[in-house]
Amino acid sequence: MGAAIELTGISKRFPGVVANDRVSLTVEEGEIHAICGENGAGKSTLMKILYGMLMADEGRMVVGGKEVRFRSPSDAIDLGIGMVHQHFMLADQFTVLENVILGDEPTRSLGRIDFKKARAHLDEVSKSYGLTLEADELVENLSVGERQRVEIIKVLYRGAKILILDEPTAVLVPQEVEDLFRNLRELKKSGATILFIDHKLQEILAIADTITVLRQGRTVATVKPKDVTAADLAELMVGSELPTPTKVGSTVTDRVAVEVRGVTVLDADERPVVDDVSFEVHHGEILGIAGVEGNGQAELVDALVGTRTVSRGQVLLKGEDATNWNVRRRREAGLAYVPQDRQREGLLLVAPLWENVALGHQTRPPFVKGIWFDRKGARARTEEVRRDFDVRTPNIEVTAHSLSGGNQQKLVVGREMASEPEIFIAAHPTRGIDVGAQAQVWEDLRQARAAGMATVLVSADLEEIIGMSDTIVVMLRGKIVARLDPDTVTPRDLGSYMTGAHLPKEAG
Amino acid sequence: MSLGRRIVMALAAPVLAIGFAVLLSSIVLVISGSDPFQAYKDMIGNATRLEIVVDMLNRGTPLFISGIAAAIGFRMNLFNIGVEGQYQLAAFFAAVVGAHIFLPSVLHVAAIVLVAMVVGAAWSGLAGWLKVRRGINEVIATIMLNAIALSGILAWLTVEWRDGPLTPNSGTKRIAESGWLPDLNSWLEVFTREITGGRELSAVLLFAIVAGIVYHVFLNRTRAGYDLRVSGYNAGAARAGGVRSDRMIITAMIYSGAMAGLVGLVDILSRYHRFDADFFSGLGFAGIAVALIGRNKAFGMAIGALLFAFMDVSSPILQITKSATREIVTILQGTILLASVVAYAAVSRYRQRDEARVAAALLAEKGVA
Repeated sequence: MGAAIELTGISKRFPGVVANDRVSLTVEEGEIHAICGENGAGKSTLMKILYGMLMADEGRMVVGGKEVRFRSPSDAIDLGIGMVHQHFMLADQFTVLENVILGDEPTRSLGRIDFKKARAHLDEVSKSYGLTLEADELVENLSVGERQRVEIIKVLYRGAKILILDEPTAVLVPQEVEDLFRNLRELKKSGATILFIDHKLQEILAIADTITVLRQGRTVATVKPKDVTAADLAELMVGSELPTPTKVGSTVTDRVAVEVRGVTVLDADERPVVDDVSFEVHHGEILGIAGVEGNGQAELVDALVGTRTVSRGQVLLKGEDATNWNVRRRREAGLAYVPQDRQREGLLLVAPLWENVALGHQTRPPFVKGIWFDRKGARARTEEVRRDFDVRTPNIEVTAHSLSGGNQQKLVVGREMASEPEIFIAAHPTRGIDVGAQAQVWEDLRQARAAGMATVLVSADLEEIIGMSDTIVVMLRGKIVARLDPDTVTPRDLGSYMTGAHLPKEAG
Repeated sequence: MSLGRRIVMALAAPVLAIGFAVLLSSIVLVISGSDPFQAYKDMIGNATRLEIVVDMLNRGTPLFISGIAAAIGFRMNLFNIGVEGQYQLAAFFAAVVGAHIFLPSVLHVAAIVLVAMVVGAAWSGLAGWLKVRRGINEVIATIMLNAIALSGILAWLTVEWRDGPLTPNSGTKRIAESGWLPDLNSWLEVFTREITGGRELSAVLLFAIVAGIVYHVFLNRTRAGYDLRVSGYNAGAARAGGVRSDRMIITAMIYSGAMAGLVGLVDILSRYHRFDADFFSGLGFAGIAVALIGRNKAFGMAIGALLFAFMDVSSPILQITKSATREIVTILQGTILLASVVAYAAVSRYRQRDEARVAAALLAEKGVA
């Protein structure tokens, strides 16, 4: 069998970021090929290029033996490539059949829709790929897994032979994942080629014929599942050539700064995404939360910061019940927060840097004088942040948009650290910043820790978690599944806990 | 960016927009057999007469206030379409209350203004509450509240409160003179000896100037204004930064509605002193245009309001001199609006790219040094 898709030297740059750096990828016909990597590793960009939503700056794409250049998704569809997006694009009030044909309706005279023909085609497609669905059911009555099946059929209906699935399991419960995998194997048997994006290692190992690992926009390895373990994959994903933070003596005190008691957070479908989590963080302690992304860490952070409602349990800050406090009250109590997604939650891209530095601290000096916003104070503080955290910018009047990604991150970390917080919630504080800046953030964290700051550090970088934390907890499917001592744990062990590969008997 | 460069950037969009609108209107005029130069000459010549200037200011005043009302929403990414209903409802209640109370002059005017602002704020705040509590998009809510206010409440209450059953079109009872605002004609005499031809410059102009200053200072200099702007820039970041989005939405709608309440005051306090069937409508929608042209900036909106007012008062003269059809004014207003939206987007995109480039170049220079 020949190669269905061959990508060579694909590069894509965005202002300040190289999303794909000479990526190469070969997908054989009729295989299930998994692309794995951390968030930000360039998986989605690569898939968007393959589906014609983005154009590569450089590189060659060969589909079915012919070199191609897609200008839009319709070019990709013409060549039999279809994409199932992570977020469904279905009309709830329409039936399955109506949704499937939407945008590609067979018509009779006078533009009337030929439902008979549509139904026949749908039946044919469903049968040949072994996917069953009730064509006249309203989509709003379907479960999440069934909706996903509608999306897949939609793509097949349009004649796709190559399917791209963007993190298809992110929205599914375990049984639904099994159903999906069964369907995918069916599809493969019927001759479809499947590209599968995911970062849940167990799933990848279960379904894929070939695995390509991306890291920081580059292809780091292409492996067969039988040759690797989940821990190997984790190591490939996060890499180990990064500098390792070195341990220094403990500064942990016996005063509790953050206490989380049985916290449960439910998602929109009332499923627990954080499930009965409890821990304590003391002044002078860094608690590392490890876990493969999407296992509840983000929601836990939201619950700590106050942007998400806690369904059960309590959050105590410095001994006070803060479960129902809003974000501002928590911040005024000395909490600082570095969000995971700096552009969405951390920055005002169109505003000058000094307005960005005030964000989150605008109710306290030096940003406020009575009812007035203190521009002078804000500018002075911004100059401090710029100097102390080495934010590379011509001046502080430029908009945050014009900074590179790494400098944006330094600005956010700097603004939070400059407020001298007592409690620090940091989600991936060193992601996307260069090695030097990373070392600096670590040093700052360590100094603040020595001064009594309590830190909750969420990171996907295992070296960072091990090197920085006084205590490590591992989250898997919303639960804390392990508490580990950073002095004795290896990245390999940690990786296997994160993926659930670590069986209890091995732990002992 | 150097100061000169910034000024060029700031002026580029409006100049482009007006230039384009004039060009397009000229083409229309030529096609319809008129002389565009004569038409523009007539319009400008007409507008240099003092009485027309007074008309322009009286017309520009509510336009500007209405622009601010819309802009308060826009700054928070709230599309308050409801200024139209808010100001008319406010004007009606202000007129009714004003006609039924008797107070010393300053207090009487103050009471009327207060009623207008409260009614506007309540009607607009209702849309905000619906958005926060029931998740109803504010565009839908305000459009529906417009219909309820204009075709429902006003159509019903104006009949209830009209001044005598035999005077069908006279509207509500006239407000006593203590509730009138003196005109500013005596101030005009400081500048010119020309006569105003019976026109009275409304003192609501002063309200508008104060409103513009308050708007600017509040948004740019106060902490509450910062919260509001931040919510408009990036709602997610504002939330993480401790701004309560639900409270901000209601607050912004209330401020916007209170401002909308002032729109009808030229007619109530200075011109007719009553609310009647001929009450000037359409100012709420025109305000959206003013806010768009003025880029939600106080100064920009003042220019935009005057520009629109200039065109409004110019249309009769075109009719009189027969140099062009009066509809050309509507075409001009429409194209200016459309062109300015496009031009602003284009210039801001260019500016962003330019800024990133300059920043990168500056850093590269420093790196070498």
